[in-house]
Amino acid sequence: MNPYILEMNNITKEFTGVKALSNVNFKVNKGEIHCLIGENGAGKSTLMKVLSGVYPHGTYSGDIIFEGKVQIFAKISDSVKTGIAIIYQELALFPDLTVYENIFAGNEVKKGSLVDWNQTIVKAKEMLKKVNLNVNPEVLIKDLGVGKQQLVEIAKALSKDVKLLILDEPTAALNETDSENLLQLLRELKKQGITSIMISHKLKEVIAIADQVTVLRDGRTICTLDAAKNEIAENVIIKHMVGRDIDDIYPKRADQQFGAKVLEIQNWTAFDPKLGREMVKNANLHVRKGEIVGIAGLMGSGRTELALSIFGNPRAYKLQGQLFMDGVKKVFKSPKDAIHAGIAYVTEDRKGDGLFLIQDIKQNISVANLKGISSQGVININEEVKISNEYKQSLNVKAPSVEQLVGNLSGGNQQKVSLGKWLFVNPSLLILDEPTRGIDVGAKFEIYTIMNKLISEGMSIIMISSELSEVLGMSDRVYVMAEGKIKGELSANEADQEKIMMLATQ
Amino acid sequence: MKILNEAKSLIKVNIRDYGMYIALFVIMLTFSILTDGLFMSSRNISNLIDATGYIAVLAVGMTLVIVIRHIDLSVGFAAGFLGAIAAILLTQAGVSVYLTIPIILVLGIVVGMFNGFLVAQMGIPSFVASLAGMLIFRGALLRVTEKTGTIIVKDEHFNAIGNGFIPSLAKVGNLNLLSLIVGALIIVLFIYFEFSKRKNKLHYNFEVISNGMFTVKVVFISAIIAYITWILAGYNGFSWTVVIVLIVVVVYQFLTTSTVIGRHIYAVGSNPEAAHLSGISVKKITYIVFGSMGMLTALSGILFTARLQSATTTAGTLFELDAIAAAYVGGVSAAGGVGKVTGSIIGAVVMASLSSGMNLLGVGISYQYMIRGGVLAAAVIFDVITRKQRA
Repeated sequence: MNPYILEMNNITKEFTGVKALSNVNFKVNKGEIHCLIGENGAGKSTLMKVLSGVYPHGTYSGDIIFEGKVQIFAKISDSVKTGIAIIYQELALFPDLTVYENIFAGNEVKKGSLVDWNQTIVKAKEMLKKVNLNVNPEVLIKDLGVGKQQLVEIAKALSKDVKLLILDEPTAALNETDSENLLQLLRELKKQGITSIMISHKLKEVIAIADQVTVLRDGRTICTLDAAKNEIAENVIIKHMVGRDIDDIYPKRADQQFGAKVLEIQNWTAFDPKLGREMVKNANLHVRKGEIVGIAGLMGSGRTELALSIFGNPRAYKLQGQLFMDGVKKVFKSPKDAIHAGIAYVTEDRKGDGLFLIQDIKQNISVANLKGISSQGVININEEVKISNEYKQSLNVKAPSVEQLVGNLSGGNQQKVSLGKWLFVNPSLLILDEPTRGIDVGAKFEIYTIMNKLISEGMSIIMISSELSEVLGMSDRVYVMAEGKIKGELSANEADQEKIMMLATQ
Repeated sequence: MKILNEAKSLIKVNIRDYGMYIALFVIMLTFSILTDGLFMSSRNISNLIDATGYIAVLAVGMTLVIVIRHIDLSVGFAAGFLGAIAAILLTQAGVSVYLTIPIILVLGIVVGMFNGFLVAQMGIPSFVASLAGMLIFRGALLRVTEKTGTIIVKDEHFNAIGNGFIPSLAKVGNLNLLSLIVGALIIVLFIYFEFSKRKNKLHYNFEVISNGMFTVKVVFISAIIAYITWILAGYNGFSWTVVIVLIVVVVYQFLTTSTVIGRHIYAVGSNPEAAHLSGISVKKITYIVFGSMGMLTALSGILFTARLQSATTTAGTLFELDAIAAAYVGGVSAAGGVGKVTGSIIGAVVMASLSSGMNLLGVGISYQYMIRGGVLAAAVIFDVITRKQRA
């Protein structure tokens, strides 16, 4: 008999020329807990989106065989009907509705054409019992902690007769007790015959719970490890995750003498009052003049939060600890203060909070330093055109003119405009958050070259990146973050992929 | 032939900007033909412009409010209330007109800043905050006019703001001399600025439109200014309302296109998060925009009270919606970050021309509302379609 509940054979998925998945094979036994592992961008989420019908049949090649039958999912509800439920990292609950309304949202218990609320509550209680969640089904979702919300999501999946449960980094936002509860629940569900696929970056819990582990890297299946054969061990997994060759795409740079400390933070803690969590915990870090400092870590490790808390704290975290610029203690009340002090921050989300997409290139380049092109508050537009043309040329932005709307540029060119905007501020410290995400190799190389030029001119750079090879290829020193803490500091000589990944998955 | 091609490509690129002017031209031409030229008569155009003044200044302020993704519904009754206060100061308190106007303008700024406080500091949606303001000012207007009913203003200097004209000095034929001089001055200034702009661009070695096209443009716009001057000079000349609206437009046009504050306003409107991360204080900009709206509201109240020569219990009713409609007809985007002061003025004139023209033709008021509603919808549809094409 076929032991597999799910077989995904030769799955290939392309996004406008970029292969996100190439010939991925992924087989899951019935009744097991199967963990899917890989770096950011390895293709885990894409694979799960193919499976759940987010990318409908026909937009990828290859077969999905579920319970022995080839499945053709045209939409998400098709996969749900078949018994596949996916729980995303960003929970898909309605915070202002009650627990029972959430569990049966889109799957209402009906009497005739009306909703039978009493029956809904009775059934909701059953489901909550199944997931060992002891709350009143009439409380609002927003009044529950994240751990309990996660359980409600699982209860919601169970209410739809789920056979295969997919969890995307379920413990990323949970504390240890909640994480342990969740893992315990998965084991119990396994006893009831429910198969689970779990995506996780925390290798300890993977080792604790997985029957099998499949490692993806760069859109390919690297291997599947089996617990029964004692194949699952931390160093083995890491070796498979990172075993990529560092290609020679990093421009050489002259040996650099580092100057005094430009920035230093001590015992730096950032508490997010909205989430009720510490995003950065007790971090110590410094950057010297002319140095590129890499901050490695997986998504959600607190890297962006650390950068923002330094850059004038725009998300209004509660901060503790001290920050020094050139040895002088500083307190920044807003990004404006930080810019004045000589810090620039190129965001990871250029479309979201970096650029003004409906404005043109020149307006985007000048916006953070309008003083530089104005006198007495009146802008010299000709000067603006001239300066933005200079940046357009030196950064090699491909566009017919500086009057081109930034929304119409490609990702790489947008990133260069974003960079140009901050270079025009002429900062002493440039923070680059995922500077090459979503841009092609050619543009990447150009950005690395620009970075080298900047430090040779005496600028300092903090580069946040999920790409290990980039961190290793560009940094003079590397800090590794996980769960809001700086887990280690490595010099360029001692850093390698295994060491970084080991620290990042602690 | 070459010029024709250049003109074609210019129009194609700027169709959204020129669309409103073309629409206005078509509307005016249509009404002129239908009314045998009555529509373009000196008297009618003079009346039309004066009757638009108090909406036009509101539309200018509203443009900026909508650009930063907010709305202000309180401006109508706030204008009515501030106008009534002006009337009370002038009549019952006996304050001089030269003191009354600054007092009212400052009061307007205070009112606007309070709205800014609710929106920026307290985080109340501007729709709700200004809806509350609308109710409050409606009540306040009733309260101050309750005892006396309509307050009649007899101060001639004050009333001149809404009804008077700049002195004529002398007549040239049947034309007002001073108005002709003012018109000529405007043309000279316009030509001067066009030439200096062109010279600056050439100084930077930037591409400019061809000499022929430049001449055509300058002559064409100068001719339009001359024509309007000639029409107005044939009746009573430039009214004080026209002068005030012109000053407001010139100041705001300069503010929005050429200053750091203006850039910050559009930056906040097009992406508030990015603006914040670029070192712009979104709060400060919100205060400034609502404060300016308040000041223009006060100005609108003064213009309206002066025009009626009295403060009434219903003054300001629906002004806010006329101003919002004018802004949208003029190409302001509800998504924020897009909209020009000049566009909104044209929008206000388009809406006023429709009313005026239809009144001359004796179209029933019921149809007038429907047609104006249709034009509003059509303008926004045009805007959405041309935006898609450009993206």
